[in-house]
Amino acid sequence: MSAIKIRLKENDLQQLKDVCRSFNNQEGELINVLHKAQGIFGYLPAEVQEVIARELEVSVARVYGVVTFYSFFTMVPRGRFPISVCTGTACYVRGAEKVLDEFKRLIKVPVGETTPDGKFSIAGLRCVGACGLAPVVLVGDKTYGRVAPDGVKKILKEYDDK
Amino acid sequence: MHILVCGGTGCHASSSNLLLENLKEQVDENELSGEVQVIATGCFGFCEKGPIVKMVPDNTFYTQVKPADATEIIQEHAIKGRQVTRLLYKDPVNKETISDSRKMGFYKKQIRIALRNCGLINPENIDEYIAADGYIALGTVLSGMTAEQATKVMIDSGLRGRGGGGFPTGIKWDIARKVEADQKYVVCNADEGDPGAFMDRSILEGDPHSVIEAMIINGYCIGADHGLVYIRAEYPLAIERLKIALNQAREYGLLGKDILGSGFNFEIEIRYGAGAFVCGEETALIHSMEGHRGEPTFKPPFPAQSGYLGKPTNVNNVETFANIPVIFNKGAEWFASIGTEKSKGTKVFALAGKINNVGLIEVPMGTTLREVIFEIGGGIKDGKKFKAVQTGGPSGGCLTEKHLDTPIDFDNLLASGSMMGSGGMIVMDEDDCMVSVARFYLDFTVEESCGKCTPCRVGNKRLYEILDTISKGKGTHKDLDKLRNLGDVIKDTSLCGLGQTSPNPVLSTMDNFWDEYIAHIEDHRCPAGQCKELIHYTVVEENCVGCTACARNCPVNCIAGERKEIHFIDQSICIKCGACLEKCKFNAISVS
Repeated sequence: MSAIKIRLKENDLQQLKDVCRSFNNQEGELINVLHKAQGIFGYLPAEVQEVIARELEVSVARVYGVVTFYSFFTMVPRGRFPISVCTGTACYVRGAEKVLDEFKRLIKVPVGETTPDGKFSIAGLRCVGACGLAPVVLVGDKTYGRVAPDGVKKILKEYDDK
Repeated sequence: MHILVCGGTGCHASSSNLLLENLKEQVDENELSGEVQVIATGCFGFCEKGPIVKMVPDNTFYTQVKPADATEIIQEHAIKGRQVTRLLYKDPVNKETISDSRKMGFYKKQIRIALRNCGLINPENIDEYIAADGYIALGTVLSGMTAEQATKVMIDSGLRGRGGGGFPTGIKWDIARKVEADQKYVVCNADEGDPGAFMDRSILEGDPHSVIEAMIINGYCIGADHGLVYIRAEYPLAIERLKIALNQAREYGLLGKDILGSGFNFEIEIRYGAGAFVCGEETALIHSMEGHRGEPTFKPPFPAQSGYLGKPTNVNNVETFANIPVIFNKGAEWFASIGTEKSKGTKVFALAGKINNVGLIEVPMGTTLREVIFEIGGGIKDGKKFKAVQTGGPSGGCLTEKHLDTPIDFDNLLASGSMMGSGGMIVMDEDDCMVSVARFYLDFTVEESCGKCTPCRVGNKRLYEILDTISKGKGTHKDLDKLRNLGDVIKDTSLCGLGQTSPNPVLSTMDNFWDEYIAHIEDHRCPAGQCKELIHYTVVEENCVGCTACARNCPVNCIAGERKEIHFIDQSICIKCGACLEKCKFNAISVS
């Protein structure tokens, strides 16, 4: 499933079981459980999915199917500063593609991946509805509006010493 | 005096929350808390010029207000009664300063029904909603109408679903009402996925109670005691406000057991989407709520017969619900008197793209595209020429100059080769290449196709590949035939609305911009100068003054030249980002 192998600590395991229990271990709550689990671990590695499958008494394939279906869920850890470039139409016609290209060029990883030092990851983001600020870039929770390709360097510089 | 500060997502991103704090601080410092109230409201709609601050009662409308402007607003306006002129709106056409929002071109033609409270009330305070006639409709229905009578009001109003399908809401309710079952459900579809449409988010952020009230009425009409809101996880602010509103409604006895002493019970819970466009389709949405992959299933059975957990379910979208309390307050006849023959009421549109006034607007059905784009939208950015407007998101089509005077309603848009969709309107100018735009939408569809049925999964991928070939200048005339044939097959044979409409952007751009496709194929040329493989940037020697602006801004340092000397672009390194063209003030960069 995932290239990354991790071992869940006893503590993590308990936390995960508690999450499942808070939804009464109900199969229909799978998506809510995954939301919570991703909130705890930052991503959903295979081992986490296996525990959830066991707790909710569904197959691992079912869990994996749901995780890979929805773009909100990820099986690889995101960077400490996840960069999201809005790929909605309003941003596209105002040049989001060029902004995304510039980010890719500068941090040297393709969309969906994380830099080797774990600092940045880059992803396209579905419309956030802030079309007045197009093109929109999010780094973590911080929003940057009306970003031009030549402004990308400056944004990355803000995270130089972090 | 009330100072209303926009607390929508767009303005939030431009530090409106900090502005709000500063204003409150200033009010306290100047001991004005007795006279001046600072209120965070929902979206004003005029996102282009956010953050917005509105002073009530004199209706002064301040635009692009920064947190640092708080002192001046309080000192000048609140204390001395003088407007802060530099923050007032300037009309982009005649440069006139307008202080009263009601006189602005952006608001003049609007009639706000679904957005009636957005930007007026504090969405986190149920008392403000009640003061604006909130929950009166619920009282009327619960105290004096049978389910059948209330459903009839909905049928008579002629309201059609605002989520994209345009199915008459009252008839949908009537079908669900007549099905016999021990348990039924009401679902609010807040999985707004059309890129460039953000009305549902704004309504939930600005007026969540209107949706809650309508859902309770819906439950009463069809005989359901349980409601679910399926909302995108990407809308944290809307989720938070909805949660606050639900709790307040519970405290006031408007949700729960024996609502308003009528003996009717209703409860609402929230379910989260996880980023899948196809979940806007009602059967896919229901599967997602049950914890499955959001794949659509064949209809019939319709959700009204067998929906959530196999029980009869009525699904309506946020904007549809927001209209409903007003229909009961003002009457079905009143609502039916607005709009066109077959499309009643108003429609909210999200204006975006190359337009001066990006934002959320609400106009009567039957308003023309010209009125929307040029009068309300303030025309095209930077004085460029209008080329096309894309309505209906990835399922819609591109309309052109010749459609500008068509009255907008469900049927006219369909007849013109596009559709209403959820109300996204992306305006494009002469610099936008229609082949690229079609490719962009197909890229989206390929990404979002759930993969269940072959025409959509494989067909759209092929459409995308052909468009990609054409945009690289390697297409042939045969490719154009393939696009059309394949597009027709995908439309006819796909399982759900996503595949049935996904070829629309391709087919409509082929219909309306045939010459542009031909130019890519025969002349290997992109007339709009956008397709990277077909263009290069060169320095126009006679215009270059050697200011070095292009060289300084080039991200890959491919421009050489000393100060006051003619510059030169190294084509082998150029990544065609266009930064030089944008920065040059002397028309010395050309695209060919």
